[in-house]
Amino acid sequence: MPEEKIVDRHPLDDIIRSDRMPHIWCAGCGIGIAMRCYAHAILASGIPVDQHVVVSGIGCSGRVAGYMNIDSYHTTHGRGVPFAIGLKLANPDLMVTVFSGDGDLAAIGGNHLIHAARRNVDVKVICVNNFNYGMTGGQVGPTTPTGARATTAPYGNPELPFNLPYLLAASGANYVSRWTVLHVRQLKQDILDAFNRPGFVFVEVLAPCPIGFGRANNIADGLEEMELYRERCVMADGVPLEQLGIDLREERPIYVGTFVDRDQPPYQPIQLEVDS
Amino acid sequence: MTTRRVLTGKHFMHGDYACAEGAIAAGCRFFAGYPITPSTEIAERLARRFPQVGGVFVQMEDELASMAAIIGSSAAGKRSMTATSGPGLSLMMENLGLAVMMEVPCVVVDIQRGSPSTGLPTMAGQSDVMQARWGSHGDYRIVAYSPWSPQEMFDLTILSFNVADRYRVPVIVLADEVIGHMVERVVIPPEDEISFWERKKPQQPPNGKFKPFLAESSDLVPPMAHAGDGYRVHFTGLTHDERGYPDMSAETHHQLVTRLIEKVRRSADDVTRTEDYYLDDARIVVISYGCTARSARRAVREARDQGIPVGMLRLISLWPFPEERVRELASNADAFVVVEMNLGQISNEVERVTRQPARGVFHAGGAMIPPEPILEAIQKVANDA
Amino acid sequence: MNVYGRKPVDLQRVSTPTGQVFVIPERCKGCRICIQFCPQQVLHESEKANSKGYHYPQVAQGKEESCVHCEFCTMVCPEFAIFTTGGGP
Repeated sequence: MPEEKIVDRHPLDDIIRSDRMPHIWCAGCGIGIAMRCYAHAILASGIPVDQHVVVSGIGCSGRVAGYMNIDSYHTTHGRGVPFAIGLKLANPDLMVTVFSGDGDLAAIGGNHLIHAARRNVDVKVICVNNFNYGMTGGQVGPTTPTGARATTAPYGNPELPFNLPYLLAASGANYVSRWTVLHVRQLKQDILDAFNRPGFVFVEVLAPCPIGFGRANNIADGLEEMELYRERCVMADGVPLEQLGIDLREERPIYVGTFVDRDQPPYQPIQLEVDS
Repeated sequence: MTTRRVLTGKHFMHGDYACAEGAIAAGCRFFAGYPITPSTEIAERLARRFPQVGGVFVQMEDELASMAAIIGSSAAGKRSMTATSGPGLSLMMENLGLAVMMEVPCVVVDIQRGSPSTGLPTMAGQSDVMQARWGSHGDYRIVAYSPWSPQEMFDLTILSFNVADRYRVPVIVLADEVIGHMVERVVIPPEDEISFWERKKPQQPPNGKFKPFLAESSDLVPPMAHAGDGYRVHFTGLTHDERGYPDMSAETHHQLVTRLIEKVRRSADDVTRTEDYYLDDARIVVISYGCTARSARRAVREARDQGIPVGMLRLISLWPFPEERVRELASNADAFVVVEMNLGQISNEVERVTRQPARGVFHAGGAMIPPEPILEAIQKVANDA
Repeated sequence: MNVYGRKPVDLQRVSTPTGQVFVIPERCKGCRICIQFCPQQVLHESEKANSKGYHYPQVAQGKEESCVHCEFCTMVCPEFAIFTTGGGP
């Protein structure tokens, strides 16, 4: 094999809106990696591409909807999950995935998230967690680790972040896992499996945000945050849910893996026997 | 209870229930809502009826979710509705703007109550009129109807779905607690006599070239592709071009917003509804709508018995405001009397269009305005003339 | 190659896959994640830059036969800017 070949087309160019490439995310941002895993999983899913629908909210992660070449809905901040519920209940043949960020899903969208998990609606949620509100410049969010700096927490975040797997497990989700964008194979497999798991699936994906989060927190670039994941990530075998929170101040492990795998029946609206 | 879809026949029916039956008759098969007095009965009726007719009823966690869910459901092709009152409508405003921007049809029923804030939850008001028009941020237009009877709750809900689908616009049924909670005669026609206006469909098969926001016809309504149809469309609340792709340019924004407004403006002939009472020789025109119009009609009749040349224009569509009809009347009428259960919301429109002050008979809400103050106002105007 | 310990009986038939690297320079944003995480250290930053000034990855000298089509760069690139195809042995 000689040197690299320069081309202008990528094998996934049919499933992404290649006419909009390069996308808007920063150099070193992990959202593109998560999107790639999602795109790859769609193609491997055996479900016709025309049945896949992606719904997103507002934020950098929310821009994924605009780059996927499938039916896609870029909705209002935090309201992607109920929008997705409407789509799914109106047409149960659709495979509806919500692809959004930590602020969109867990702050303004928090109520919808926990209720969707409670109902166990057959919707898949991919939550890209980059620990801040990236699109608006790096403000503190519901998953910003304690002590981390953000533009609205210039002295360090005084609050505790959500332990999202714990929250979603308590709310009743059928399946909860966490990966990082370094764990590309596991992430793609998890998303692929999600398509075959009825009920509410929540996959948290840690991703670098070099400009919004990294710069304020001594993480030089996306690559360095990936190295941080490599160092600190540990499979969470048997770790209790309440210990799955992320704290970047100490050399604590970041737990990844599958945390909840239940088989509860998904939400079904009531349909009675009707005389024709 | 029956499992028939359309309850053809004569009924003595609750206003809210009539609205629910109107939705079923119109083919609505998705309702997402949240309980709020005085609209809860609509949700309750549909919770019972939808499982019988193959519809999906879901009580969401709040009004924001309800509005988002009906837009999602409509994007997947189902006629979808929610029902609320003033406080809930306030919560729905952001997503109402999303429905406008995405051009997704939906029906929002607002059974108005005493407002602002928590106000008078169990008593009527008509003070959400301007909110229905301007409640969301930005320049936009929607359609709103004001029923004055349970019969109209049935009929106008059907019309709302038709208008929403044809023009790809949210339509608000602006009723009030009096009409919502009253029980009156409702005649429901046979199913095949109920009109159904289809959404415009794409003219080409899914071939990768369909532009979901290209409106080539004079009605400015683009054909609608639903999720799962294979067109791989992108819908966003961001300013977008004809492909649906975000386009952050002032030019595209101006074009898009102008088209969305013009689209509704051009629908006016199709969409506008008013009713005339004694207007042929009227020099004084009373304008009213909803429950208030019932009192106003009584006052107008009594005034006519006294020989006053007064007539009434009952507004059935509040938005777009029936400008043409009102201007027409202004050429013959000396004075306008606007009667509404708010402190002068439609009155502002009347004054704007007629370019003359209107006399108002206003009340902030809580009880129907009786005919007496309306009659007094007519008499005063007649004496001043 | 030297194999210490038990020798697999099909060693002659099985061989390491080889891969061909493809790069779309205009999409690259110079994050260097592919370069860093390639298990065979096949890539380095090219001296050339794309029109935005980013130095996209290039197969390093001496590493032309080292790509094993593990596809890690393909999967970990956020920009859809690099991929490999598998060649035979």
